[in-house]
Formats: sequence, structure tokens, C-alpha cells
Amino acid sequence: MDNRARGYNITLQLHKDLHILTILTAFLMLATRALSLVGKRAISTSICVRGGHGVAKVDDYALPAYFDRRENPLPDVQFVTELSAVQKSLKEKEKGSWATLSNEEKIALYRISFKQSFAEMNEGTKEWKSVIAGMFFFIGMTGLVVLWQRKFVYGPVPPTFESEWKEKEVQRMLDMRINPVEGFSAKWDYENKEWKK
Amino acid sequence: MSLAKPAMRGLLGKRLRFHLPIAFALSLVAAAAFKYGVTEPRKQAYADFYKQYDTTKEFNNMRDAGVFESVRPTGE
Repeated sequence: MDNRARGYNITLQLHKDLHILTILTAFLMLATRALSLVGKRAISTSICVRGGHGVAKVDDYALPAYFDRRENPLPDVQFVTELSAVQKSLKEKEKGSWATLSNEEKIALYRISFKQSFAEMNEGTKEWKSVIAGMFFFIGMTGLVVLWQRKFVYGPVPPTFESEWKEKEVQRMLDMRINPVEGFSAKWDYENKEWKK
Repeated sequence: MSLAKPAMRGLLGKRLRFHLPIAFALSLVAAAAFKYGVTEPRKQAYADFYKQYDTTKEFNNMRDAGVFESVRPTGE
């Protein structure tokens, strides 16, 4: 009799817990939905009660941020966080039929949610001019370094570069008939002993 | 203020159908240009050169110039 009563009590308690749990979760969902309409930043500061120690300070970098990126077209937050009175009334008007909005109002609503349009964020900069300028400057500097190196670091060039040596070299190549079909010796006139015109 | 819906599908296929025939045509043109601009003239040049080539005369000329190690110039 006791066991059965006990069992009955336990199941009754569980049943009540379940009811309370469902009611609590429903309330929480409603609460977060309501809060998200008010302002996204409000959630973190108002619900953050950590183990009875009070509100934890949340830094700006930890909150969802706004940024204009082509690959992330719909950022986590809208651009303008504090709306002026005009903007607030416009947002109220947005809840009605959009056919009643003028073109300027639609653009104003866009600018509330976004900072730059896709055309604005994608346009190129003038950075390439600095890049080309830097390239030319460093190529010039390298040229100066190479010239200094040629004068002060390298030793003399071998004797095979002298004109007399080169003349003998060319004569030997012509004697050997180097590339006689389309190349070197083809350009030499062997009858008249001169380069072909 | 309503724009036409942009094309969402078949973008790669459209690009390939446009560019592949052009790519094939240009490659064939490049190959033909090289064949008839470079290789055929070169073959003809070699053929013409060796048609009028007198081996003995050229050998004697080279020998007299002194470039061979196996034979000395005539008269030494």
C-alpha cells in the first residue's frame, strides 16, 4: 500500500515537473523572441546572470559584428544600431504593406540595414599605383647594387672576351661550317669572304 | 524597381559551350600556323641545301682551313 502510494506520488511529481518544464521552455522562447525584436545586443547583457555573481561584462569584439563582405551578404546585425525618431517611424511603416513605401524610403531602409551596397564594396582601390611604383623603385635599387658589384666585387673577365680572340673564334666556326643550312655559316658568303647582304 | 531574376543555373555549361569551340579552333589555327610557317619552310630549306651539296668540295675546303685532326691540309 505504501509502495504503491509512493510510486503514485513519484509519478505525480514527475508529471508536475514535466508540466513546469514545458511551461518554462515556452516562456523562455517567447522571452528571447520578444527580446530579439527589441535589440539584439540587449540579450547578452540582460540574461547573463552567472551563478549568482551578477552580470558578466561582454566586450564588443565578442558580440555579433557587422561587416561588408561579398561572400557573407546578410550580416548578423544591421548597420545602424541606435535608430533616430525618423528611422524608428520608418521601421514601423515597414511593418505594413511595402507598396506604400516610396523609393527614397526603401533606400533609407536599406541604408539602415547595410553600410555599403555591393557595387560600393566591390569597387577597386588605387593601390595598384603604389604597387607598381614600389616595384620600379626596388628594381632600380637592385640595378645600382648590381653595378656596384660588377665594379668592386667581381674580378676581370677571361681573355676569351677580347676582340682578337673573338675574331679567331668566328673564323674557326665558319671553317667548321657551324649551322650551314639556316644558322651561323648560312649567313656567310664563302665566295666573296664577307657576310651575306 | 523590380529587376529580372538573374540566371541561377547552367552557368558553367553556358561558359563551356561558348569557350570550348573557340579554344579548339584557336588551337588548330596555332598548330597549322606553326606547321606551315616554321616546319615546312625548314624542311624545304634543308632539302634545297643538300640538293646542291658537293661533299668532296666542302671536305677539301674544311681540310685546308685546318679544322680536322685526322687529316692535315693539302700540301703539308
